[in-house]
Amino acid sequence: MSDVLATHEPVAPIGRKSEAYAPVNPRELRDNQIDGPELTTRLAKTWGTAPGLLGALSTVDHKIIGRRYITTAFMFLFLGGLSAVFMRLQLARPENGLMGPDLYNQLFTMHGTTMMFLFGVPIGEALAVYLVPLMVGTRNIAFPRLNAFSYYVYLFGGLMIWIAFMLNIGADTGWFSYVPLSGPEYSPGKRVDFWAQMITFTELSGLAVAVEIVVTVLKQRAPGMTLDRIPLFVWAVFVNSFVIIFALPAVMIASTMLILDRLVGTHFFNPAEGGDALLYQHMFWFFGHPEVYIIFLPATGFVSAIVTTFARRQAFGYLPLVLSLIATGFLSFGLWVHHMFTVGLPQLGASFFTASSMLIAIPNGIQIFCWIATLWDGRPVVKTPLLFVLGFFFIFVAGGLSGIMLASVPIDTQVHDTYFVVAHFHYVLIGGNVFPLLGAIYYWFPKFTGRMMSERLGKWNFWLAFIGFNMAFFPMHITGLMGMPRRVYTYQAEMGWGTLNLVSTVGALILFTSFVLFLINVITSLRHGMMAGPNPWESGTLEWAAASPPHPQNFDRIPVVTNREPLWAERSAIPVATGLSVDNRELIVSTVTEARADLREASPEPSLWPFIAAVATAVAFIGSIFTPWAVLWGGSAVGIALIGWFWPKGAKEDES
Amino acid sequence: MHRRLACVFLILPLGACQGWQSALDTHGPAASALEALFWTFLSVLGFVWVLTMGAVALSLRRRRPEGEDPLVTNPRRESRMGWTISGAVALTVVTVLTLTGLSYASQKHLFEKRDDVLTIKVTGHQWWWQVDYEDSQADKRFTTANEIHIPVGEPVLLKLESSDVIHSFWVPSLTGKMDLIPGRQNTLQIQADREGSYRGQCAEFCGWQHAHMGMLIVARPKAEFDGWRDNQIRDATAPQTDERKRGEQIFFSKPCVMCHQVRGTSAGGKVAPDLTHVGSRQYIAAGTLPTTRGNIAAWIVDPQSIKPGAQMPVIKIEPDELDPLVSYLEGLK
Repeated sequence: MSDVLATHEPVAPIGRKSEAYAPVNPRELRDNQIDGPELTTRLAKTWGTAPGLLGALSTVDHKIIGRRYITTAFMFLFLGGLSAVFMRLQLARPENGLMGPDLYNQLFTMHGTTMMFLFGVPIGEALAVYLVPLMVGTRNIAFPRLNAFSYYVYLFGGLMIWIAFMLNIGADTGWFSYVPLSGPEYSPGKRVDFWAQMITFTELSGLAVAVEIVVTVLKQRAPGMTLDRIPLFVWAVFVNSFVIIFALPAVMIASTMLILDRLVGTHFFNPAEGGDALLYQHMFWFFGHPEVYIIFLPATGFVSAIVTTFARRQAFGYLPLVLSLIATGFLSFGLWVHHMFTVGLPQLGASFFTASSMLIAIPNGIQIFCWIATLWDGRPVVKTPLLFVLGFFFIFVAGGLSGIMLASVPIDTQVHDTYFVVAHFHYVLIGGNVFPLLGAIYYWFPKFTGRMMSERLGKWNFWLAFIGFNMAFFPMHITGLMGMPRRVYTYQAEMGWGTLNLVSTVGALILFTSFVLFLINVITSLRHGMMAGPNPWESGTLEWAAASPPHPQNFDRIPVVTNREPLWAERSAIPVATGLSVDNRELIVSTVTEARADLREASPEPSLWPFIAAVATAVAFIGSIFTPWAVLWGGSAVGIALIGWFWPKGAKEDES
Repeated sequence: MHRRLACVFLILPLGACQGWQSALDTHGPAASALEALFWTFLSVLGFVWVLTMGAVALSLRRRRPEGEDPLVTNPRRESRMGWTISGAVALTVVTVLTLTGLSYASQKHLFEKRDDVLTIKVTGHQWWWQVDYEDSQADKRFTTANEIHIPVGEPVLLKLESSDVIHSFWVPSLTGKMDLIPGRQNTLQIQADREGSYRGQCAEFCGWQHAHMGMLIVARPKAEFDGWRDNQIRDATAPQTDERKRGEQIFFSKPCVMCHQVRGTSAGGKVAPDLTHVGSRQYIAAGTLPTTRGNIAAWIVDPQSIKPGAQMPVIKIEPDELDPLVSYLEGLK
């Protein structure tokens, strides 16, 4: 294959077809036999999605599903933000009568649940679903049908919990739903069951996407994209996927044990029958702390991509950046107890987690330093995406440093479960995820849609978000130190927290306004934005070699990678590998470390079965809240759908 | 002074550090040590933040000539940046290790406990605090609720338990918080160095009235404390006036006695706050309302609009029954 890597010319067919190990069928049209618009059109037809509702529901195009994922995650971001606005209105003054504890508790539960499970985890995966295949130079994500399935499962889970909320049977025990409060005795009714099943839905979809990304990154990279040429964004979501694979099962088990306690009468968490309330906390936080990094890691990918492009310089310290990502991924599993410093654990054990929590500052510090160095030696162009990254530095570093305070057991005993913690993790999560994310949307919007977003509105968007954010959350550090606990629906006037809370509320309204502005910018730019062209920012990674928006096949010919920033290295034309079928869905499977083109592999055709399977899964999950028998008949329905899904494909893919 | 300066430094609103439930307005050795540790961390980390932001601001200068190939790097500059970053990482390591050490030292000191001291068992309920004073002599034990009196300048050991869900005991002016977990017992040592009333509040979400699960720690000199204790140990005094006698009758004719205890009478309920000396407490409804005639009446007539979801039911009371009932309860000093 080495000659493939070296040449700019279309070359002989690559590799073998995997299933049959058969020689290339001479009658099959290959992409080295035609050229230009004809090739583009024919490939678009092969990889395209049929029109109409049926086509829409059976699509397996990672870009269409990625777009849906992103849109849905943003929809949940807005719902979560709206619930926060109502909470802030209630807290604007002491003894406010806007709402009672019932609604307030549902609101903060929905806010946390939505932001963590329906926005935080999915948004990183959503962008990965769209961008990873483009960035590694392949035609579709691995397991594209599973990808479609995972999206529908996520959507149904999110709709279920929000519809339950609209019906006033929303969960009201917090996004963490500690037992025994969430157990059968103290939370009768169906509220917590909806919450626990929502976990099952979203974690199932999260795990599926993580597996797809791992396989796509390991086996579908364009020829020549060795491990040290993988874009930093792809590294970030790759490490993130492993964190997801190891973290999410813990919470799925916890929520399943909870639902068994509630519906079947087990006693996992009932101390009166030998169960243990703390067991739940350990399992929840064994997931819950990596969760924070699941939210943060993709954002480091956004930052790396944006910093590199707008500094006009390749990333400084590629290797330390990648190693930091991996170190962060590992360390994130050793910190969970710092959420439990006040439950009365042995002191020595607790202080181990102080040390490990502080240690994670080191890989994060390395990343920050490398980004600053990249800017330092570059020629920074402060467009909106970079502006958001600068906001990220300001806010995230502050949040990270207050995190070091929380890592200390003694300090944590004072500020744990107060507004200080609320301030801290909003600095980390909004600073560490939402600011880079908005930057990322401004950055990749031209790729998604073919049009630029308005810079003018973008600057307004940034400054309103920046001012509103700090105004809303900085005062919370102080209200927390002044003794205000979290999750209180009201407070007495003589506590003296009124003024600071009012400032926070005004800040929250400004922050929300900035998001409305963002939405307006997205909608108007979709129609009237400047046409972008394939590479409006003159970036260096492969997704910018595709059309904007990309054709269904992503690339007419699979690019061959010679540099970490292929578009900067090969200014005239990117070398390509040829020999893939034009009329059948084929992509290149490459070797894990050196990304040598290895096999031609068929990629699945569109199918309605993933959708049907997702509906069956949803019916089984939701049904089981009401009757244990739903597991049985729901499971059968899922089984039937899976048989349809996996039915042998017949001659088409096996021929040749 | 140190504290004030720090407040001004942070541009906090005036007086923000003060408050009867503030971690920065400390009145006990543990809370003071924690506060000192907090300010130490804040100054070190604040300095780190300022340095980092300085570097970000300086990095925005365009050092690269226009139109230069983004893949070109200057080896000398690369190595300089490499060394700078290595230095910064080394400093991070030193900082982190120092802070970890400080934290551990303070933790050891903070959680030292003595068991030869006044011991009080605090049991969390949705949404109030049951307080049992322990003693080796049975006739010196007694039960009260939501208000804990302690002698000034002496350590007091709290045994923390819960009867239902998880709560957290937090009186920021005295020390950090500790959870009350069903099926377990945690301990926490508190000490007040100055006379005064310090407010605390449940810090672990525990359901509808989590917001109204307050308590008061009253620290007074040993002699006064002993006097208070002797009074608390005593049974309720029988009512003397006609109105209070009538109030007592009403109290015993209503379901109140099913849940509440008044020692020395046949009211022996144990699932709600002990009312033997309720009139001596500064607040009712777990730190929610000051103990006044009006508030007692309001609480009896309509607890559910004051604390929606509270376990205290609405009990039918005739208009002419309210005054005597309030008099009876108010007189339980």
